[in-house]
Formats: sequence, structure tokens, C-alpha cells
Amino acid sequence: MIRRELVFEIGRTLIAIMLALLLGFIIILLVSEEPLEAFQHFVLGPLTTTRRIGNWIEATIPLVLTGLAVSIAFQAGQFNIGAEGQLFFGAVTATIVGISFPLPMYVHVLVALLGAMLGGALVGAISGLMKARWGASELVSSLMLNYVFYRFGLYLINHHFRDPNAGAMVSYRLPETVWLQWIWPPTRVHWGLWVAIVAIIFSYLFIYRTRWGYALRMTGLNKDFAAYAGISVTAVVIYSQVISGAIAGLAGAADVLGLYRRFQWQMLPGYGFDGIIIATLARNHPLGVPIAALFLAYIRSGASIMSRMTDVSSEMVAIIQGIMILLVTAQAFLSKWHHRAVVKEAKRHGLNA
Amino acid sequence: MGSMLRGIFSVGFGYSMLRVTTPILFAALGAVVSERAGVVNIGLEGIMLISGVSGVLFSAWTGSAWLGLLGALLMSILFALFMGYFHIKLGTDIILAGIALNVIASGGTVFVLYVASGDRGISSSLASKVMPTISLPVISKIPVLGPIVSGHNVLTYFALLAVIAVWYFMYKTPVGLRLRAVGESPDSAASVGISVERMRFLALGISGLLAGFGGAHLSMGYVSWFSRDMTAGRGFIGLAASALGGVHPIGTAIASLFFGFADALSNYMQSLSIPSEFVQMIPYLATLFGLGIFARQQMAKSQKGKKQAKEVA
Amino acid sequence: METLLEMKAITKVYPNGVMANDRVDFRVNKGEIHALVGENGAGKTTLMKVLFGLEVPDGGEVYYKGKPLQVTSPLQAIRNGIGMVHQHFMLAPSLTVTENLVLGVEPRKGLAFDWDQAVQTVTDLSKRYNLPVDPLAKIEDIPIGMRQKVEILKALLRGAELLVLDEPTAVLTPQETEELFTALVGLKEQGHTMIFISHKLNEVKQITDRITVMRGGRIVGVRDTAEVSEADISRLMVGRDVILKIDKPPAKPQKRILEVQNLSYFTPEGKALLQDVSFSVRAGEIVGIAGVEGNGQRELVEILTGLRRPHGGLISVDGYQMSGSTPRQMRDLGVAHIPEDRMLHGVANEASIEENLIADRVQMPEYTRKVFLKTEAIASNAQTLVTEFNVRTRSPKTPIKMLSGGNIQKVVVAREFSSNPRLVIANQPTRGVDVGAIEFIHKKLVEICRAGAAVLLISADLNEVMSVSDRLLVIYGGQIVAAFPEANEVSEEELGLYMLGIQTQGDTQLKEALA
Repeated sequence: MIRRELVFEIGRTLIAIMLALLLGFIIILLVSEEPLEAFQHFVLGPLTTTRRIGNWIEATIPLVLTGLAVSIAFQAGQFNIGAEGQLFFGAVTATIVGISFPLPMYVHVLVALLGAMLGGALVGAISGLMKARWGASELVSSLMLNYVFYRFGLYLINHHFRDPNAGAMVSYRLPETVWLQWIWPPTRVHWGLWVAIVAIIFSYLFIYRTRWGYALRMTGLNKDFAAYAGISVTAVVIYSQVISGAIAGLAGAADVLGLYRRFQWQMLPGYGFDGIIIATLARNHPLGVPIAALFLAYIRSGASIMSRMTDVSSEMVAIIQGIMILLVTAQAFLSKWHHRAVVKEAKRHGLNA
Repeated sequence: MGSMLRGIFSVGFGYSMLRVTTPILFAALGAVVSERAGVVNIGLEGIMLISGVSGVLFSAWTGSAWLGLLGALLMSILFALFMGYFHIKLGTDIILAGIALNVIASGGTVFVLYVASGDRGISSSLASKVMPTISLPVISKIPVLGPIVSGHNVLTYFALLAVIAVWYFMYKTPVGLRLRAVGESPDSAASVGISVERMRFLALGISGLLAGFGGAHLSMGYVSWFSRDMTAGRGFIGLAASALGGVHPIGTAIASLFFGFADALSNYMQSLSIPSEFVQMIPYLATLFGLGIFARQQMAKSQKGKKQAKEVA
Repeated sequence: METLLEMKAITKVYPNGVMANDRVDFRVNKGEIHALVGENGAGKTTLMKVLFGLEVPDGGEVYYKGKPLQVTSPLQAIRNGIGMVHQHFMLAPSLTVTENLVLGVEPRKGLAFDWDQAVQTVTDLSKRYNLPVDPLAKIEDIPIGMRQKVEILKALLRGAELLVLDEPTAVLTPQETEELFTALVGLKEQGHTMIFISHKLNEVKQITDRITVMRGGRIVGVRDTAEVSEADISRLMVGRDVILKIDKPPAKPQKRILEVQNLSYFTPEGKALLQDVSFSVRAGEIVGIAGVEGNGQRELVEILTGLRRPHGGLISVDGYQMSGSTPRQMRDLGVAHIPEDRMLHGVANEASIEENLIADRVQMPEYTRKVFLKTEAIASNAQTLVTEFNVRTRSPKTPIKMLSGGNIQKVVVAREFSSNPRLVIANQPTRGVDVGAIEFIHKKLVEICRAGAAVLLISADLNEVMSVSDRLLVIYGGQIVAAFPEANEVSEEELGLYMLGIQTQGDTQLKEALA
């Protein structure tokens, strides 16, 4: 019965994804003069060259990290819409460590990553504390903090670390000691991949194998029960936001230290919302996150190739993503079918479960 | 400092403040209506984008700014109800439904624009129309006030009228009362035969309509084109303004002006040594503090009983 | 006397097999105040739910004003002139009295809501029925008593001729109760009919014309109020068909584990829910607290387990002062807690049995290393408990939501009893579970007590408190009103008199028994 629940959930998610993809194909059919070619680029494009595979993996790295960040908050029953600000500020702190604290190779990159985690955790801690102390909605506070730290981060970069010789509003180039090195030439896949893998393992172990993760999950499932059993709900609310923020901070650092090697965002990059899409598809399970992130990065990468090669623009993929979230999270989607199956099962076993 | 003050008190500043406030105010009023019915509309951002691109397309096709506006508003309502359908009928979490709508809108608008016009990300080839500006009779002649208040896009005046209209609707009409009752206590409303679902659909429709006005202002007033993600977070700012304004139309209008003020001010700051980023941060910080103080008060309220009880004892 | 409402042979069987109403015939005359009394679970609520279309009966008919009545929603009931005043008010706190009253039937002036007309309507209505309310005040700013008047007016405004009042005095102060009664009598004089659901027999005696008594899903008596005494009604209510017999070795009380002194707790409005409650529980004895629900039991239990802070008084556990402690601190001292509502507090529904079984002990060295959980120990803990407590499931990894109510309760009991507790606080431990589970849980309670734990059993089920407890206390109106050193020497009738507030033991007698 446990297995059938799991099978049902996975099946439901897959059907939702299929329907969304189907919609994508229909759109291609409607708008394209060369639909077959467009299909082909969209579905197979990302695998055709090493560089393209590389692009896919590069794009996956920050998505895994924000997906994990959001999943942890969701598992604690908290909403984290602030991953956006957390990763932005994490990228800023990583940049500052990179430019201001020259350190030897390896050490420097580790300290910068640590700095990014601290930066993100700080932002998360504010939401967590406001919720725990005063019951202030973490939804509104994290939304506000996105903009506060977006502006504050921009201020730091533009006024203290801006490269006057560069044409755009970007920071100084980062020294090589702080780079996340590229590991698979000619692609730009970088050490951030290891960071992401470590983060997946950490998140999994933390959530399912430690008592703090246990407390976090129980609080998320039923906070009255958690309090009754002696779990400090206040502590869970705070540390879930702090850890979530720290991992989101790493996502920002990964792009800055691994891809651009300087701070160049002038807008919020949108990864925070991507994290919500991924966590939703992965059902907040850390081991589902990389799959969801790979999938999301794949269809985006495919769409971008398709738009370069054919007359279909890549933004079509956004429609697919949105429909996926709507269907996956619609409780009523396929629930009738599920209910019938459960009733059948119950009858067969004659249990009054 | 002197030049900053001169900047703030200049006529141009007052004018631009009202101009930048317009889309924020529409979004914020949209947030108020849905929030009062118990639905958080995170999808305002996406609805504004949909409205923005629809306005450009419809006005270019019909050659009429007003028909463009009509098309934009209809599309906005449609998508607000689409999101509502998933939330109210299918049980999608409203926050996630809103985020999904934003995702769809962010890419979908660019996609539709490309399909419709071949323009990539910015509607440069479309001969879209702009809503007219209006010079107010009499008032425009008044020194200082005239140039600030007069000569705006017609949608700016609509925004100011919308504040009154929303206030009237929410607090002076039977339907407004029902809407608020549904938001605050769905069970009580249902117990006297009010359909919670229908009221929430209505609220989302109105919320969409208002956000639609805001989006149309961006592409048919603020500027004369549509560009990718041109809302730049204004939908979220609207949510913030509504939170800061106590989810009341009048308070929200003041909060929106505050956001507009900060936005306009930051443009003036750039020439001075005060970093504009700090100025732009202020409204968000204010909302954050407002939220904290409000939450603390609520907590104190619930603990008030204990104090009273002690006195009794 | 003209019959207004007649419910004939109403039968309702719930999916879990409980027969909540068994061929109930209930008749209300026009213009009377009719009391519907009975213990918790006697079937009063179900009967009223059938009347309001909230439950579909498995048999029987309803006649109203002589005609058959088919009701499928509360709204339809209202349209037919049947109104309900719920225990939990259906009012929007931030709206005014007037707004709440006219909601859905607003007077209009053009497009607008006609505020003046609405206020006028409310004022008139309030005068006419002698239910004074402030039309302009917000609900959140007015006292409970006035809120209730608003609820009554709401029904009257919609044309209710028959009003059902569900324990209307439970939340009121004595003065407010008096006011309410005056108003109800006024309503009666104007031709309205009322069904008055209550446990408070003195009130029933004071206000009603006739009384219908329910027990075990059946009507056991209909009486004219004037012709019966409170004691008569009480006997009817608590009369037993079967008495559960439990084999239990005699208690050997040892040292005091739980001591409660002058405990007080108040609502935000200042109403006392617990007043100077003092008692103690010794190791090796089961102390039962009998009482009709809503007399302070919930607050008492939540305070004793750290979920709520008391407003006055002292609690000590095993000699340690524990007033205002957290649930963690309480549990660390060996306090186990079987909560009243297992789905709210007792379990995480989506989590597995295994996970639910370690909620209180996950931090102990048996189950966790410095960082990681000891998964094998957790699994074997679950395996042992599932077997020992006879939880019917295919695997301890099954989510709780797959289990039946009785099995979920066994999971809760298994966790709480296996924590090696010094004090067990069991609140309605067998509510809504099947007979097999009831016996099992009772046996376990006796077992753990005789093995040296102190047990405090709170139950609204007379059968349960009387057969399981060694000593017995009765709580009424937030106070301990009676104490019996030998639970099995008390008669149900006597207990009923105390539970329903008809009698109170004198201070000296109480002190003696509690010492």
C-alpha cells in the first residue's frame, strides 16, 4: 500500500509532465512551419554535442541548489519565496570574499562558498526569526527581503566593487584562486557540480537521517503534534529557514564563481522561482530534486536550441513549466481515479483502513 | 542636501511620482480585493505582463488604443479566472498557482509576441497605440499643482478613480460586504447561503481587471511598447503596498504613493552622492517593519486575555 | 398543544458501525422551550444534524408544521424557518454587528448597501426581541454574551420560528446566562419555539417546558419539566445498560507523583475555566476525573502537559516545580500524554507508524548518535511496539493515515506507555475506538499503573472512569466538586448529581478526600 501510494504520486507527476509536454508539441505544431525539425531540436538537441551537454549540466547546477533550498523549507511547512534574494545576496558575499580576501588556492574558494552560505542564511534567518518570534508571515517577509537584499547587494557591488573599466555595471574580475574550476573542457561544467552533489547528499541525510531533520519533517506534517511530542517548533522554523537560505546562497555563488567569474547580475535571476518549480516536481524529496532539475534544464536547453535552429522561440518552455506546476499541485487532478483504486484495494483486502 | 530638496519639491518630481505610482497602485488594489476575499494573488505580476502584451497586440491590430485596452482587460480577467479555477476547483495551492501563472506569463508573453509579430522580446515592429494623455481643465492652469496633476495618461486618472471605486465596492455595496465576509470567515458566510467559491472567483476577476489596467498602463502609457518582463516586480510591489496599506484601498493608495515616491526619488538621487539603492530599499524595509509590528500586535492581542484574567484573579 | 416539529423513527448509522440514532421519535410543540439532554455521544448532535440536513438519515421522516420536510442544507433549514445557534459562533470578527446580521439579506439603496436601513432593522429587531446589541460595534470588540445575542438575532432576522440552541450557556458568565434566559422567555411569549441542548440540569429545570432525554442513541424519556426533579433527569441520563468489568488488583498507592495546587486558567474574556483546582496523584493509583465535556478538562490536561501556561497555581511532578514548563521538560520528567484528539495532537498522519513511535524519544541515545539516527533501533522499537500493542498493520513503515481509528489510538498509546513514564495523563483515551481496542487500552492502563506509574484518567465516559479508576474526582465548571476515595463505591446516580452541578461536596469533605 505504501508502494502504491508512491507509484500513484510518481505516475501522477509523470502524467502531468506528459500533458504539459503534449501541450508544448501542439503549440509547436500550430506556430511552426517546420514542426518536425523543431520537435527534433527540442527533444534531442541538448545531447547532440559535448558543448550542448555541457550547457545542460551547467544550467542544472544552480537549479539543484535552489530546488534543495526550497524543498527543505517546504518540508518544514514553511514557504520560501525568498530563495531569490538569498541566492542573490549569497552571490554578492561570495564576490566580496573573492575580491577582498585574497587567500591561497582551494582555501579561497571554500571560504567564498562559506561566505555565500552565510549571506544566504542571514537572509533566511530574518524570515525565520520574524515568523518564530512574532508569527509574521514568512511569505510576505521573504518577498520583501528579496527586494531589500537585491538593492543592498546592488549597492555593495555598484559602489564598492564595480569595475570602472568594464562597459557594464559589473564587479571586478575574480582572482583565479576563487574560481570553481572547469572540469570538462570545452564545456564550462565546473566544481559547482561537486558542490551540488554534496548538497544533495547533505540534504537527504539531514532530512531523513538526523533528529533535526526528523523534527523538521514532523513540524511540517503536523506542528501541533510536533509541539505535543516535545519538539521545539520555534527552533525548527528558524533553522529550516537558515539552512534553506544557506543552500540558496550556494546557488548564487555557483554561477558567479563557476560561470561568470565576476558579479554581473543587475536583475534578480529568477532561480528562486525555478527552485519552487523543481521542489514541486520533486515532491520536496532531495533525491527527486536532481532529476527535476536535470529535466527542467534539459527542456530549457532544448527549447533554446530549437529557437536558434528553427522558427519556434524558446519561451514556449515557460508555458510547459507553468502547466506542469498547475497540474502536479492540483489535488483534484486524477484523484477520482486514485480514490477508486483505493476503494478497490480496500475491498480486496477487506480492511477497514 | 539643498539640491535634493529642490529636486523633491520640483514640479517634475511630483509629476513623475504620480506616473510611476500608477501601475503599482493598480496592482496593489488588485491585491487588496483578492486578499480581502481570502485569496493571495501572487499572479499579479503575470497578469500585468499578459495585459501589457495584449494591449500592444490588440491596439496594433485594431488601430485603436481603447480596443487595445479592452482586449488587455479581457485577457487579464480570463487568466485571473484560469488561475482561480485551478485553486478553487482543483485544489492547487494558491501561491503555487500564482507562481505558475507568473512563469507562464513571463515566457508566454514573449512567445506570443514573437508568433504574432516576429519581434523578439520587444515589440519594435508593431504600430501599437498609446492611451491618450489628458490635460485637466482649470486645474492645469493652477501653478505648481497644475503641472503635477494635469497632463497625465488617462490611466493614471483611472487609477485614482479606481481607489474610490474599490473602496466604494468593498465598503458600500452588499457584494463588497459578502466578499469581505467570505475572506474573513468563510464558514459564517456559507452558513447564510453565500457561495464562497463564487465570491472568490469574483474577487479574482476584479483583481485581474485591476492588474490588467496596470499592465496596460506599462505598455500603452508609461512607454509605447511591450518588452520582456517589463513589469520588473511591480506585481510583487503591489502585494507589498497592500500589506503596508493594511489591505485597505485608501491605506494601500498611500502606500503605493510611498513606493512611487521612493522610485521617483531614486532617479533624482543618482546625480547626488546618496546611493539610489538605499532609497529604493526604504519602502520594502518599511513593509517589513510594518509586518513585524502588525504581527507583534496580533500576538499581544491574543495574550491580552491573560492579563485581564490575572486582574480578575 | 399543536405540534411544530416531529421527527419519526430517525435512524443513523455511521460508517464505523456506530448507531448514533436508533429509531428516534422526537416531538416539539409550538411555543415551548424543549430541552434535549443526554451524555456526550447520546445522539443529540446527530439528531440535530439530521434536522439541518448535515447528515442524511438511514431511516425516518421529518414533519414540520404537519408537512413532510426534506432538508439537504442548513440554508434550506433557514428558509423553512429553522435556525441554529451554534456553540462556535458563525460571525466575522472584524465586521460590525449590523454587517454580520444582514449578511446575505442586505437592504439596498440603488447599487449601494443601505447602511441606515440596516442599522434601523437591527435596532428594531433587537428591541422587538429584547436582545440588546450595539449595531455599530465590531464583533471582536463585544463580549461573548452579546455575540451570542447577535447569533440569535441572525436566525430571527431570517425568519426562524424554531430555534435550536446548542449548549448556549457553556460560554457565558452567570449574569449573561440570566440575561439570555430572560430573552428566551421573551421569545417564547412572542410565539417562538426553542430546542435547548444542555448538560446543565439546573438551567434546564429553570427555563424549559418539556424535556427529552437521550441515551445511547435512543429516547429514554419525555417529561414535563415541572413534574421531574433534577435528580430524576440525571438518573434517566446516566442509567446504564451494561457495566464494563475490569479485573484489577487492588491499588497500592505510594509516593505522590503529581501535585496540583490552586490551579487557575481564564479565557481572554476573563471567564474562569479552571478555578483553584487542587489534587494529587500517587504512584500506583489511577485517579479518574469525571465530568461532562467542556468543564475545564482540556485546559487542565494541556496545562499539566506543558502545552498551555496556567494563570495561577502550582504544579509539581515528582517533587520538581513544573508550572509553565514546556512539553519537552514535562516529558523529560516522565510525563506521558494520551491526547483527547489523536489526529490533532497524537500523530502526524502522513508519517509512518515507525516515525510516529519515536516522536518523543528521538533525541535519546538509544535512537540517535551525535548526528545520525539509529535506523535499526528505530525500526526495532516500532516492530516491538506494533507487536506488543497489537497494532493491525502489514508493516511499521505504513503511513498512519492507512490505519483505522482504533489502531491509530493504539500507536499513540504504545508510544506513550513505552516511554517508561512516571505519570500518565490519559484524556478520553478510548474515544471513538472499537470495543476490542477499548478493552485493550483499559488493560494497559491498569498494567502500567500497577507497575508503578501514576495515572490520571480524564473521561466523559462514566463507564470508563468508574471501572478503571481507583479514586475518583468530579470536575464541574472548572472546579473539583467531589472526590471519592473508592471509585467503585460510588453509584452512577450520585456521580451524575455532581457532574451535572446539582450537588457539590462541602469544603471539609473535599479536603478530607483529597488529602
